[in-house]
Amino acid sequence: METTESLLDAIRQHGADAYPEEGCGFLLGTVTDDGTNRVTTLHRAANRHAENRQRRYALTADDYRDADAAAQDQELDVVGVYHSHPDHPARPSETDLEEAPFPGYTYVIVAVHDGTPEALTAWILAPDRSEFHRDEIDLHAPETA
Amino acid sequence: MPTTDTTTVTVRIPTPLRSATDGQSTVEVDANTVDDALRTLTDRYPDLADNLYNENDDLRQFVNIYVGDEDVRFGDGPETALEPNDEISIVPSIAGGCFHRWRVNA
Repeated sequence: METTESLLDAIRQHGADAYPEEGCGFLLGTVTDDGTNRVTTLHRAANRHAENRQRRYALTADDYRDADAAAQDQELDVVGVYHSHPDHPARPSETDLEEAPFPGYTYVIVAVHDGTPEALTAWILAPDRSEFHRDEIDLHAPETA
Repeated sequence: MPTTDTTTVTVRIPTPLRSATDGQSTVEVDANTVDDALRTLTDRYPDLADNLYNENDDLRQFVNIYVGDEDVRFGDGPETALEPNDEISIVPSIAGGCFHRWRVNA
């Protein structure tokens, strides 16, 4: 994925704000000609999981539609999602793998320990859905407004 | 049984599936029901099928289908009838988290 340090900081901040629950949201941006997801905006969302939000997160279809509408307003697309792992490593869990939607999205995970964000990683689901592959994060200087 | 009196509708394709639709974000299909529309779509773009349907040929649990602003799950489901110029959206719901299910060998 391509993005900026300030957007990664915003993901870390959301993880800290949501602690001890998992925080989650959408990555908005564009897809480059070589298929890389370029993230230019975040769309925060509420964790809709009915219970155990310290260990689970959910984004509903309506949340996706809200994010998609926000993306379209900015001539962008939904290119991925992010969530936090409170007091757990920034690696996809078995639950993340079982419940992941389409390959092609970028999945960002930030670990939050005792309320402080630590490691942040990005992942891509394999086309056969069998595993996540680590996705390199290519940082760009923020665009000047 | 096919009928000659079909309806043309538009299907909106989520970003990561556009690699299977030659990059198109919308595809027009002729169909009378949501199921017809999705089957026509996957016949035309076979790489979509594994993303939409599981091994039992049912829509994957995270795949939600809207006609306009209505989730068909709360209506007639795949048999939802289509009107001319309806817009069908393929909308994922997303879940996960650091919770691990502990597997116990029986």
